[in-house]
Amino acid sequence: MAFKIIEGCVNCWACAPLCPSQAIVAAKPHFLIDARQCTECEGEYADPQCASICPIEGVILDGLGVPVNPPGSLTGIPPERLAAARAEIRAR
Amino acid sequence: MLELKVQTQGGCASSGCGGSADRLAHLPEAIRAKVNNHPCFSEDAHHHYARMHVAVAPACNIQCHYCNRKYDCANESRPGVVSELLTSDQAVKKVLAVAATIPQMTVLGIAGPGDPLANPERTLETFRQLAEKAPDIRLCVSTNGLALPDLVDELCQYNIEHVTITINCVDPDVGANIYPWIFWNNRRIKGRKAAEILIQRQQEGLEKLVARGVLVKVNSVLIPGVNDTHLQEVSRVVKAKGAFLHNVMPLIAEPEHGTFYGLMGQRGPTSAELTALQDACAGDMAMMRHCRQCRADAVGMLGEDRGQEFTLDKIEHLEIDYDAAMQRRAEVQAEIEAKRAAQRQPTGATLVSLDTLKRQLPQKTEPRPVLMAVATTGGGVIDQHFGHAREFLIYEASAQDVRFIGVRKVDLYCTGTDTCGEAETRLEQTIRALDGCEVVLCARIGYEPWGRLEAAGIAPNGEHALEPIEDAIAAVYRELLDAGRLAPVAAEPERLSA
Repeated sequence: MAFKIIEGCVNCWACAPLCPSQAIVAAKPHFLIDARQCTECEGEYADPQCASICPIEGVILDGLGVPVNPPGSLTGIPPERLAAARAEIRAR
Repeated sequence: MLELKVQTQGGCASSGCGGSADRLAHLPEAIRAKVNNHPCFSEDAHHHYARMHVAVAPACNIQCHYCNRKYDCANESRPGVVSELLTSDQAVKKVLAVAATIPQMTVLGIAGPGDPLANPERTLETFRQLAEKAPDIRLCVSTNGLALPDLVDELCQYNIEHVTITINCVDPDVGANIYPWIFWNNRRIKGRKAAEILIQRQQEGLEKLVARGVLVKVNSVLIPGVNDTHLQEVSRVVKAKGAFLHNVMPLIAEPEHGTFYGLMGQRGPTSAELTALQDACAGDMAMMRHCRQCRADAVGMLGEDRGQEFTLDKIEHLEIDYDAAMQRRAEVQAEIEAKRAAQRQPTGATLVSLDTLKRQLPQKTEPRPVLMAVATTGGGVIDQHFGHAREFLIYEASAQDVRFIGVRKVDLYCTGTDTCGEAETRLEQTIRALDGCEVVLCARIGYEPWGRLEAAGIAPNGEHALEPIEDAIAAVYRELLDAGRLAPVAAEPERLSA
């Protein structure tokens, strides 16, 4: 099993130096996780390191494809508030 | 530990002898020598010297409710926003290119766009190379403080003169409403516990730096309803621990920034609220009212950004003679110091002795103070066309002195003008930014804005073009006084009924 970085990653480098398996690649347009290297930090840390420092919700998926940091979990912004604000800004 | 004789504030605090530069007059001599040509720390120096930030530090180890890590817009001028991330080598090249082109440059700071000390290799490598290749440039770093205590020794190794710690609270209950999480000891920690650790680390870092003789400035973001009543306590605590400056900055929060505060309707402070808090803290320590809340890749004088002249593609093939550039900086900066010394001398007819004014009038019927705005490109003189000004320096003239209050930007936010559809015009924005001011001093001004300003109750004044700012303000204040326009503020109702 391996984690995955998807579109939305802002390439902030926070995760890369923390990975105990050097599985994170500074790819373009965004960083990627080498699935062959990733151990999900099993046996290394209690929490997966990349997903524990990543500031962007929804861009790291676990082995089952589920976002480790779902919408609202990091910023505290309720997803419905975010959606409403985006709609307001678009309507201007 | 810094053991220096502290000068008491002398009788030199009014405009004639250095003006607002003397806000730092209470500092020990050795510290004043270090900040004399630092545009961020010395209000007077910011008229003359340039600084730059290099964006080498993208990662962050905490989340703040006023920050959105996704944001990057070239039209934005908020802290933490950058256009181009640099490696340490690229950053060093850029610094040397800028310092060769802008000889007024005295300071290089690393301020992000993440937390510089959460990226210690990139940050420290940049400092290491610069300490070697451009030893005349002062090096600064800013940080949220979480990683600071462990890096103090290394920072000292590279001659870092100034460290800025952003401290928004010293109470974890307040912090829990500012910081949703921190990354600490390989875990993401949330809530009050996160704030408690962060505060402890910030205070420990502050103490260690002061013990090593490094100058520490504390930045605080004023968040109405969250830490506004708490910041005086922050000021007291950090001063007691040896911070030499406290910079209270206004929260910038708009929904389009995508930050927690912006989206949840948290407002920023008004100019009046900011000034009131800075005044309340000023009794405790020197405040920094000319702060422009620069981008993490800003280049040039404060208030200007010449970053576009020094993009990677433009500097890549530059050949720079480091020694010649350093020599030229030394010459230009010596000229600036001579000019500053001359400006501190009374300049003749325009200078009004405010002490005289004060003595003529009994204390109780003192003329009321007046806020005046100034359009300037720097150099301490009124030299900018009203229509070109993107920011105004705000001064308060009173019977006592001419006091620098702060900076008001016309377009601090990307308001969508030009490119993103309908928005208020620049002139409307400017007039709104000048709220509370009665006079605006500029080099020149057009016919239409003249009329619109007058209609808004702000008197345009182009008669003091190219004069030193504080002398001109004192002269205008004197004219208002002579014209009988400065009647004391009406007595309070209680007194009338008593």
